[in-house]
Order: sequence, then C-alpha cells, then structure tokens
Amino acid sequence: MTSGTGATTTSRLGRVAPAGPNASVTTRARLNEWLDRQSRQLFIAPAVIIILIFSVFPTIASLVLAFSNIRLRAGSYQVQFVGLRNFRKQFFGTEQFHFLGTFTSISLLGWIVTIASAASLIWWLYRYAKRDFTILGFIGRLITASMGFGLALLFSATLFSGNPFGTLGVTIFYVIVGCTIQFLIGLGLAVLCAQPIKGRTFFRVVFFIPLMITPIGIGYSFRMLADTTKGPFSPIWQWIGLGDFGWANHAWTARLFIVIGDSWQWIPFIFVILLAALENVSRDQVEAGQVDGASGWQVFKEITWPQIAPVAATVMLIRIIEAFKLVDLPNIMTSGGPGIATESMTLHSFFAWRALNLGDSAAIAYLLLFVTVVLCVSFFNLLVLKRLRPA
Amino acid sequence: MITQNIRMSPRRSLLRRWFEPKSIKKMAPATAVIVYGLLILWAVFVLFPLYWLLITSFKLPADVNAGPVYLPWIDFTPSLHAWRELFVFDYEDTLRAYINSIIIALLATVLCVTIGSMAAYALGRIQYKPKFATIVLFVLCLVAMAVVVGRWGVDWRLSLAVALAVFFVLARAVGRHFKATLGNGDILFWMISQRILPPIVAVIPIYMMFQSVRLLDTHIAQILAYAVVNLPIVVWLMHDFFVTIPTDLDESAQLDGATRFTTFVEIILPLAKPGLAATTLLVLILCWNEYLLSLFLSTSNAQTMPILVAAMNAGERGILWWSMAVVIIVMIFPVVLMALVLQRFISRGILLGAVKG
Repeated sequence: MTSGTGATTTSRLGRVAPAGPNASVTTRARLNEWLDRQSRQLFIAPAVIIILIFSVFPTIASLVLAFSNIRLRAGSYQVQFVGLRNFRKQFFGTEQFHFLGTFTSISLLGWIVTIASAASLIWWLYRYAKRDFTILGFIGRLITASMGFGLALLFSATLFSGNPFGTLGVTIFYVIVGCTIQFLIGLGLAVLCAQPIKGRTFFRVVFFIPLMITPIGIGYSFRMLADTTKGPFSPIWQWIGLGDFGWANHAWTARLFIVIGDSWQWIPFIFVILLAALENVSRDQVEAGQVDGASGWQVFKEITWPQIAPVAATVMLIRIIEAFKLVDLPNIMTSGGPGIATESMTLHSFFAWRALNLGDSAAIAYLLLFVTVVLCVSFFNLLVLKRLRPA
Repeated sequence: MITQNIRMSPRRSLLRRWFEPKSIKKMAPATAVIVYGLLILWAVFVLFPLYWLLITSFKLPADVNAGPVYLPWIDFTPSLHAWRELFVFDYEDTLRAYINSIIIALLATVLCVTIGSMAAYALGRIQYKPKFATIVLFVLCLVAMAVVVGRWGVDWRLSLAVALAVFFVLARAVGRHFKATLGNGDILFWMISQRILPPIVAVIPIYMMFQSVRLLDTHIAQILAYAVVNLPIVVWLMHDFFVTIPTDLDESAQLDGATRFTTFVEIILPLAKPGLAATTLLVLILCWNEYLLSLFLSTSNAQTMPILVAAMNAGERGILWWSMAVVIIVMIFPVVLMALVLQRFISRGILLGAVKG
C-alpha cells in the first residue's frame, strides 16, 4: 500500500518535472483565471454562507424550539411538538406574572390611559387612511398601532393600576426611558461642546471613554459606587438617614440604577456622533441667524436641528436596537432582582435556558425578536424615512 | 428710544456685560460659566467611577470595609497587595482568560473584517441579481425542513440534506419561470438588518449546533459566533468607505490585467485604510466586551475576561472589591487605549458618514 502510493508520487513527479517551471506557472495562471471568473460569487459567498449558517438557520431552528418541548437525553435532545403551549404559558399561564406582569382589575387611571391611547391611535390611522392611503402602508400602520395599543393596555393594567409588570414591561422601560435620557443628555452635551470653548478635544476624549468600557466592569463599578456603607457617597447617605438603604432592594430604584449605568455607557455614543454632526452644520447660516437677532433657542430650532435631525434619528435607531438586547448590566448589578423587577427579556430567556426550559427560552427570545422588529421598523419607517427625509 | 437707553444704561450695561457676547465668536461670561460648569460636572461624572476603581485597587481590605476613603497618601496608604495577589499568586486563571480573550477577539475581528469588507466591496462594484423566487424557494425548503424536524422528530441532518437536494433540483426550474430579481441594495439591507436580531434568539440553536460537533468551550465556536454578530457593522461601515472610492480605479486596474482579488487587495484596501482601521478597532472593542455569547458557548477552557470577572461575584466572603478592581482595570485597560485612538476617527467624521447614509 505504502510502496504503491510512493510509486505513483514519483511517477507523477517524473511526468511533471520535464515541463519545468512553465507547467506550474500555467496551473497557477489557470487557477487564478478560474478564481477570477468565480470572483463574483467568491467575494460575497463567505458572508452569505456564514450569515445563513449562524444567523438565518438558527433563527428558523429557534422557531421550531419555541413550538416544542425539549427533553435532554444523554448527549442529544428529544424534540416534541407542543404547538402554542410555550407562548400560551407566557401570555395566560403560569409564566404570565413573569412575562407580562400581575393583573387584577384595571384602575380608573388605567382605563383613561387605555382609552386615550386607543382613541389617538385610531385617529392617527383614520388620518392616514384619509390623506394618502396605500394598502401596504395601512397594514404596516395597523401593526404598529396594534403593538402600541397592546403596550398601552399592558402598562395600564400593571403600572397605572399599581401592579408589578413583567420582563416585557421592563425591557420597554429600559428602551423608552433609557433612550430618552441618553438622547437628551447626549444632545445637550454635544450642543455645549459645540460652543466656542477651550479644551474641546479634552472634553471629547474624556466623554468618549465610557462607551468602550466593558459593561461587566461598569456594572461592578456602579455597585461599588452605590454601596451605601462602603461607597464614596456613604457619608451623604448616612447624613440623609438612608444608611441602610440599598439601591437594589426596591423595584424602582433598582431599575433607575440600571438606567443610570446604561446611560453612563451610551450617552457618549450619542454625544460623539451628534457633536460631529453639529460641527458639520454650516456656520454661515447660524451666524446669519444670530445677526438677525434670533435667540439661541430659535437658532437651534430653526437652523441647527433640521440639519442634524437625520443623523439624530439614525443614531437613535441604532441605540434602540441595542437597548432591546440589554442583558449584562441587569445580570451584574441586580441579577434581575428584586424579584423580577429589573429582568430584561434577554435575561429572562437566559434564566429559562439555565433552568433547561429550552422551549420557554426560545419562545421568550422570539417574542423579544417580534417586539424589537415591530418597534424598530415602525421607528425607521415613521420617523427616519418619513419625517426627516423629505424626498 | 435714546432717552430710555441713557436712563437704563447703568443696569443694562452690567447685564449686557454678563449676558451678551462681546462678539459672535465668543460667549458671554454668564453663558461661559454655565457651559464650563456643566461640562466639568459631566467630566467628573464620567471620570469618578474610573478614579474610584483605580484607588480601590490600591486599598487594603480594611480601608475598603471601614467606610470610604478618598485620597491616596492622605486618607490611606496605597498598597500593592491586590495587584501582587493577581500577578504573583493567582495569575493562572486570569492569564488564561486574558489570553483567551485576546485570541478570540483578534481572530474574530480578522475573520469578520475580511469577510465583511469583501462582501461590502462586492456589493459596491458587482451587480448581483438573485432571483426572488429562488430565495423564496430556499426559505420554504428550510421552513419545511424545520417543520418536519419539529413536528415529526425526523433527524435534522437527514432532513437538511433532503431540503438542500429539493432546493437544488427545483432552483433552476423556478428560476426560469419567475424572472423577478432583487438588487444589491436588498442584499445590503438583508445583511445589515441581521443586527436587529437579538443574539439570544440565535444563540440556543448555535449552542446545540456546536454541541453536536463537540466544539463547545473552544475558541473556534466563539470566534465564529462573534464574527457573525459583528458582520453587519463591518458591511455597513466598509460599504460606505468603498462607495467613496471612484470605480475608475478598478476599471483601469482590470484593463491592465489585474484580477478582482489583486485589485481589491492592492488598490482598494490601501485607499480605504482609515476606514478599515476605524472599523477594525470598533469590532475589536465589541468582541473584547462580548458577554452573552461567551456565557453560552464557554464553560472553563475558553472562558473570556468578561465571564471571569462576572463570576467573581460568587465568592464566599462576598465581593472582594480590591481584587475585583484590579481585574476590571486589567480588563478595561486595552479598550480604553483603543478608545482613545478610535475617538480620533470619529471626530474626523469617518464613522459619521455611515450614520448619515
């Protein structure tokens, strides 16, 4: 066997040898030519294949898991189709408190909020249908409106009726409150830094740093800072009489705590991009406005803002997409507690996975995907495309 | 008008000196005080956690536990004990996690930037016309396969093979019948929109995939996963840089007989160097900080720094803040350095171009 292979090798070498370097050059040239002819496919194929294998295929597989009950066997899984049971459990069954929240009766305030949001959404749809109606646009807006109404109903039944809400509500809270705070402060800092000040480079570098710091590190640093007995602000806490107060022990302070940590990290992102956008605003127009006696606010509203609005909308879209994925800060700072008060949906799904409820885990992940896609696409279509980019 | 002015002049001049700018390029003193005040306030808010981390790492356990002390050499004597503990006695775990982090982040970044910039370049220069019907057929085959696996418990390898076979048999016929095609813009959008996908959706099947080929807790699993998650960013940013390079350059190179690969490597990439550098740094930082994927895909051997640090919580004596501070500083030091470099790119507006687009 070995001698046989040896013989073929020598004979092959023997045949090639007389042709000399020319032959190898032609093979290489032929290979190059072949590569060049295939380059259309070869350039894009790696990216497409890797996305198909590690992104599209898992997304479909995850859908299968979400509809099944998975049992672990030695080294393998037994997948059993259970229909909508995993989802029903989240919406109506034993996990309802965890995903949606606890429900009792809806309070008066809750009803007012529900009816007000329903009325405004219907009015919005009606106005769209009257003004410029397209079937696709209407269906899209209908989905957006249903999602909006569902969330309004969720918060009316929980937050406005004095009941705790579940991980869906917490995730939405992080997205809406966190992103609003980050946008306002980031914009404010960018405007401040765009003034004719000295040391702008210094401020820009310093303000940029938190963005790149590992969220795990941020989580622990903020726990250190927030410690009311050993942290740097403990004399203040003692003085107010909150010496044994723990941020992580109350639902709202714990949520606020996480939003502060998240903002510390993400404000730099919005700040840096908006500052770069502000520096591109033409000075002439601003100065013309100032010469005409417009106040600072008027100049900002009429001249600066319209020019940076498209960038701002895009930045916020990126920020919102990332905010839906928040997981490390709640896991480190509060491990989702007290109870489930700070648990984001990703963390909820992770905990379900850790408890080997793979079906539940996939179902929650899919619900997160659904909410993310609907809200982000709505934001993109209604704000980024429509309002801010008149064609 | 004039009399009014004269009458009010003492008060107005004081007000004016404080609240009105001397010239259009300068700020009024009162505004300056507010602006600098707010900026310095925010700088303190940003820097204080880092300062606290730094001084905590030099504190003795007694200094931490007895309540806060703020200034080294005044409040307390700095000690190197936590640093010595990490670097002399306890370095094995940390060193391994550190090396894992470096290997995984570097290789994932290289893979991601290579594949991503190739795709981005191709989408900017070559016209692709995938048939809409073929794509629909492909997705239908995958979904049918998934349903078969989920509903009737058929072995997934078998059904994948059948699904792919059905796809290849039907692809040509379907492609001949339905002529509608998609364009480069659609492919670009598809790739970038993968970023919306929360990693938690894909990570469970990815975990199972790697488990079935026994690649869990290895570098390669994490490298692939990190590369896929960050691919949309690379495609998006690099596409933007390549668009700014005129296509004449490609065409003249090809007239001279260069292949597409040589054109790409020797002409286009050097021109896109600033953008390439910025993108690489950004992806490197994101890979270094990645937490969730590592949480799923590693247990002990291939553990990265974020996982190691996150697990330090579990000690019996509560959190040892001084050691924690040391490890966090060691973990964030390289990223802070990279951030300082990356900041220059953003202020030059290189990354801004992508956001605008």
